[in-house]
Amino acid sequence: MIKKCIKATYVGLILLLLYAPILLLAVYSFNEVDLIGTWGAFSLEHYAKLFGDPVILEMIGNTVGLALLAAALSTVLGTAGALGFYYSKKRTRTIMYGASQIPVINAEIVTALALAIAFVTVGLEKSYFTLLIGHMIICTPFVVLSVTPKLKQMDNSLYEAALDLGASPTKALFKVVLPQIIPGVISGFMLAITLSLDDYIVTSYCKPSGFNTISTYVYNATTKGNAHTAETLASFWALTTIIFVIILAVVLIANLVDGKKKEDRT
Amino acid sequence: MSEHIIELKNVTKYYDDTLVIDNVSFYVNKGEFITFLGPSGCGKTTTLRMIAGFDLPTSGQILLNGKDISSLPPNKRPVNTVFQRYALFPHLNVFENIAFGLRCKKVINTYENDSGDRYTKKEKLTKKEISEKVRKALALVDLEGFEKRSISTLSGGQQQRVAIARAIVNEPEILLLDEPLGALDLKMRKEMQIELKAMHKRLGITFIYVTHDQEEALTMSDTIVVMADGVVQQIGTPTDIYNEPSNTFVADFIGESNLFNGTVTGEREVRFCGKTFQCVDSFEKNELVDVVVRPEDVHMCAPEEGMLRGKVISVVFKGIHYEITVQVGKFEMVIQSTQSRAVGEEIGMNIDPDGIHLMKPKYTSNIFDGVITKRNTVEFADGEFACDVTQLYPGSRLNEEGDLVTQTGEVIDPTGAEVTVEVGMNDITISDDAEAGGTTGHIISIIYKGDHYRLIVRTEEEEEDFVFATPDLWNENDYVSVIIPPEKIKLTLKRTEEAKS
Repeated sequence: MIKKCIKATYVGLILLLLYAPILLLAVYSFNEVDLIGTWGAFSLEHYAKLFGDPVILEMIGNTVGLALLAAALSTVLGTAGALGFYYSKKRTRTIMYGASQIPVINAEIVTALALAIAFVTVGLEKSYFTLLIGHMIICTPFVVLSVTPKLKQMDNSLYEAALDLGASPTKALFKVVLPQIIPGVISGFMLAITLSLDDYIVTSYCKPSGFNTISTYVYNATTKGNAHTAETLASFWALTTIIFVIILAVVLIANLVDGKKKEDRT
Repeated sequence: MSEHIIELKNVTKYYDDTLVIDNVSFYVNKGEFITFLGPSGCGKTTTLRMIAGFDLPTSGQILLNGKDISSLPPNKRPVNTVFQRYALFPHLNVFENIAFGLRCKKVINTYENDSGDRYTKKEKLTKKEISEKVRKALALVDLEGFEKRSISTLSGGQQQRVAIARAIVNEPEILLLDEPLGALDLKMRKEMQIELKAMHKRLGITFIYVTHDQEEALTMSDTIVVMADGVVQQIGTPTDIYNEPSNTFVADFIGESNLFNGTVTGEREVRFCGKTFQCVDSFEKNELVDVVVRPEDVHMCAPEEGMLRGKVISVVFKGIHYEITVQVGKFEMVIQSTQSRAVGEEIGMNIDPDGIHLMKPKYTSNIFDGVITKRNTVEFADGEFACDVTQLYPGSRLNEEGDLVTQTGEVIDPTGAEVTVEVGMNDITISDDAEAGGTTGHIISIIYKGDHYRLIVRTEEEEEDFVFATPDLWNENDYVSVIIPPEKIKLTLKRTEEAKS
């Protein structure tokens, strides 16, 4: 009994440490006053401001739009890449797969700097296009990473069976191989979205001036403080809380669905 | 004369640098049930995969009805495969799995337009045609009503049937079966064997079957192709292969057998186990032969009436017969009989002439290409062996400095000389100690020959084989070193070298 209590307290403590900062922010997002540490009264003022500010709304739109586009393109590219590596000769496969995973290990600042220099070298002005490339470079390796295990799990003779039954290689790929690896493709896509959504470093190096995502906007607002009052900043507490709740909901639903699937199987 | 539906001509296949199929040629008659039989890694599945089109031969040709299909992709071949682990599509139900091939197919339909002209159109099968064909295929494998079932809810045997239905629904000219019964339990396997055989009769198409189970091959096939080491060992009917194996490998692999070294002593006369027997095969007098005697061909009798006499050392009950092992002098003889004998009993044995089968030995000695080194040793088969280099030049000797001096007193340096190395089958021993011998390798074959084992050790790099006799039992795949006494290594200079000097 005591052992159980200690266990529960320990886990609770860790969770508290992990989530205390966000919870603090969430609580103060309902504060009337724009200061953390001083509690005025309960109010939804920050939320109202958040959805009333066209600049903030545009920036949220930018972020989500970029994330969806970059994730979609990365998923196509990464899946095609994973397939290509998997069906290459062993040596090629090892080398190519290894090379594709370098951006995962590489410090992001290095990738960002290298990209910026590369764009200058080839004479590309910073634009939405360069930003998209930057984000795809961060996302694609993760798609490869999540698709490859599914390919390895797949019975290799499935593809051959499809060919044997008269399907062309393309048809075999879409009708047989893709349905086997689709869970990996989807999780790769989700991973890509989250990576793109919260990216700051590569975004700040590749974005055109005047274009802002949530992360660059918040960073500029908090450090330079120029043109942004504490008021706008406070509405970000609201934004943070909303994002946190959405993610919490997604994770819970995903776990629930997964748990149910496993139950069905047994 | 029957048609050759498939013909392999000098087909060789390398995977990267490994030779898996070595110059294989054979043909398959239309409507035949042919089985590729051999131990794992013998190349039987690769041969099947080349016929299916999943692997392309490195060299050689595969002909289908006389047309070269060597480089045709699998989806263009009128051939369907039943895979080892079925390879059913897990995301599709039974109906969709079977309909998969039909949906890929296009048929040529002929129509007549209003003005009476005939024209043809390539069209997909209609929904009705597809469901009708699927229904028929399911009926053929006794799975009526399974259309909507998901693959994961089926038992192994049912999945097997779906896999067969999925292949035959396309009405292929040839059905390829890659160890299709390997994953089933014994009883199920026996049932499926009979069903497959019946299906072959009913459909009338050619079946090419791959298995490592010799009993399965004997039961089901019209023709068996025995393979080992990427080479066809023998092709024949099950009866031929069983009664007249062409070498010790086939004799040992198919059924139980007693193998002995024998010597031909006269016209239809052979000596083994210390006795001379009448036989039906004719060989040159004094020729060394391998002798096969099937355990059921040895008849037991009273000790004084038998040609051979021995003491029973073990009796095992096998259901339909007893397996009795008898010690005859230093040889062991295995007998299968419906009668039992007591262990320790003295018995006599007779063998009818047609129970004795003689084979030309595949190996009589070991021959390698070698090179003489600076240290007056010889390098061959991934190793270096001490040897007597004086045998290269008649009358030569080694002086105090270790230089080779010819009969005329001339000092010669044999370093780099290319030689042919010959080692007798009784002159090789092996050891667990990797440092003990001149080279190392793995045991790839063990065959018992009455009083000794015949082993083959293959070296790792050059894949050279040492074939030799040993009284000791080793295990297949053991890593051993090969020991040859220097005086037993016979060297001869290669002709090119002689021409130069």
